[in-house]
Amino acid sequence: MRSAPDDITETLATLAIFADLTRPELEKVAHSLEERYFAQDERVLREGLSGSSFYIILEGEAELAARGKRLGTLGRGDFFGEISVLLGEPPVADVIAARPLRCLVVPGDLLREFLQTHPRVCYRLLVAEARKLANVTRRGA
Amino acid sequence: MKHAVISADESAGGMFRKWPFFQRLLSWTKPYAPFEQGTREYERYDWNSLLPEEQDCRALMCKMMDGTSYYPSRPEMQRNLEAFAARTGVAVRYRCRWTGTRRDGDRWVLETSDGEYRCQVPIFAVGVAEPWRPQIPGIEDVPHYAETRPAETYAGRRVFIVGKENSGFELATGFLQWARQIVLASPSPAKLSINTRSLVGVRARYVQPYEDHVLAGGVIVLDASIERVERTGETFRVHTRKADSAAELVFEVEDVIAATGFTSPILDLPKLGVATVGRNKLPAQTPYWESASVPGVYFGGTIHQASPGLRKHGMPSNSGGVNGHRYNGRILAREVARKHFGIDPERPVVSRAEIVSYLLGEVTNAPELWHQKSYLARVLRRDPERGIVDDGILPLQSFLDSGPADAVAATLEENPAGDIYPVLYTRRGGVSAEYDLPPHPLHDFRTRVHQKGVVEALAGLLL
Repeated sequence: MRSAPDDITETLATLAIFADLTRPELEKVAHSLEERYFAQDERVLREGLSGSSFYIILEGEAELAARGKRLGTLGRGDFFGEISVLLGEPPVADVIAARPLRCLVVPGDLLREFLQTHPRVCYRLLVAEARKLANVTRRGA
Repeated sequence: MKHAVISADESAGGMFRKWPFFQRLLSWTKPYAPFEQGTREYERYDWNSLLPEEQDCRALMCKMMDGTSYYPSRPEMQRNLEAFAARTGVAVRYRCRWTGTRRDGDRWVLETSDGEYRCQVPIFAVGVAEPWRPQIPGIEDVPHYAETRPAETYAGRRVFIVGKENSGFELATGFLQWARQIVLASPSPAKLSINTRSLVGVRARYVQPYEDHVLAGGVIVLDASIERVERTGETFRVHTRKADSAAELVFEVEDVIAATGFTSPILDLPKLGVATVGRNKLPAQTPYWESASVPGVYFGGTIHQASPGLRKHGMPSNSGGVNGHRYNGRILAREVARKHFGIDPERPVVSRAEIVSYLLGEVTNAPELWHQKSYLARVLRRDPERGIVDDGILPLQSFLDSGPADAVAATLEENPAGDIYPVLYTRRGGVSAEYDLPPHPLHDFRTRVHQKGVVEALAGLLL
């Protein structure tokens, strides 16, 4: 966890959201996106703050919280920030590194282009969103 | 604070003693600007001078330039740094190479070619100038950018450049009149700074090969992964695969150059627990440039690019250049003095009547805010005993994650449309809020509309 992976492409190949990409496509993604490291307890996403990004967790764990209330935990392969970016609104929750966290970051204004360039990633993201919605509906029923 | 500065170099100048290869910088200094040389406001137009306390040592860069370009030549930049070191009397022990690091109780021990140094706080400002290559079979056999030969030795030869960032385009620009063919390749498309609206991307000075490419003049700019490089006698065969079609393209060339960037020679720090980040494995840092995983270890200079801040709207800091990290360095010195040596910096009182004009003056002219947009901020804070105090220029991220004192941070930001506008972040009873002020066509925010915006944001807080 301390050291950045030698080849981030290998890491991406093991994440569900990138499962359908070819090796050259994975390399392109790895080459064009920035990796970020967050120390434990560092805030990654800030509730109410504009101009955020889309994050994909490569390693570590993050906690989701809104108005001081803990909402859940995110781990390797999970992603966050997409709702805020897609709706063009500030995040409605904080995301805080529960342990040291490595993420791949797609700046907000590039997410649309990124998803259009990689429709198979877009499809995987949609499936994940549908699953989240189904879980929320089930809990509410 | 008692301190020691050691350097493996023979004298001042750092990487500018060797690079850029084609001898002219990418950071400008305008000798003639809207403000007088040596003033704080002038620093916005001078990206290359360091920031001394002494008035007569300010804006040194423009005094070294011969007027042929507003980009200083490499020797001019070297002279600028040498003059700064000599005139300010910075005490540096040169030819002293750091070779290892260990802990000894509450002290750090730096092993060097000149014996051991013990300190409470080490700050590693060792640059990002060590050649770095990605893991591509065969790339270890080709020269790195740092080993490029004189341009004329590439006359009539086919040159394959791995990498489409500034160093790759710099070489291509220098080879245009010499090489028989130039290919630039990497997996992702080239970014141009005029499109990213930041220093991320190929700078305008090096766009000529790109124009040659789009006009089909012979230069090839290719989006493809490099699968392997093979040596075949006097030539190289470079196997590439296009990302979009997965088609293989093989190039036979006389020269391959890895313009694949640089890393930082942080020696044994990863073994001591210093976490690294990104392709180039730079040390991950807190907003105050402390190791994110080993408290008490700090970094200075261009390594600050691995402390990216909030990156609002995707905008990076300018910490990879002198124009950005020179301000970080000043803040870092204050923070180390405060945190480790109990020296609290002076915090002048600001009268309520002056707050609005002071903040609007800062967002209009403060060089720290212009060079480090959405990264550094002017902070005013309510002190229960003294009133409103000026906390100085601080990292915006640290302001947002600290508290709970009532305070405001003023910064400049840029949105994807290219608008540059002031933003006020307030903290009231521990709750943060963000107030965007409108842009101005001349970037002069000292208007009635902006005054009104500040008053609305600060009513009941500092006003």
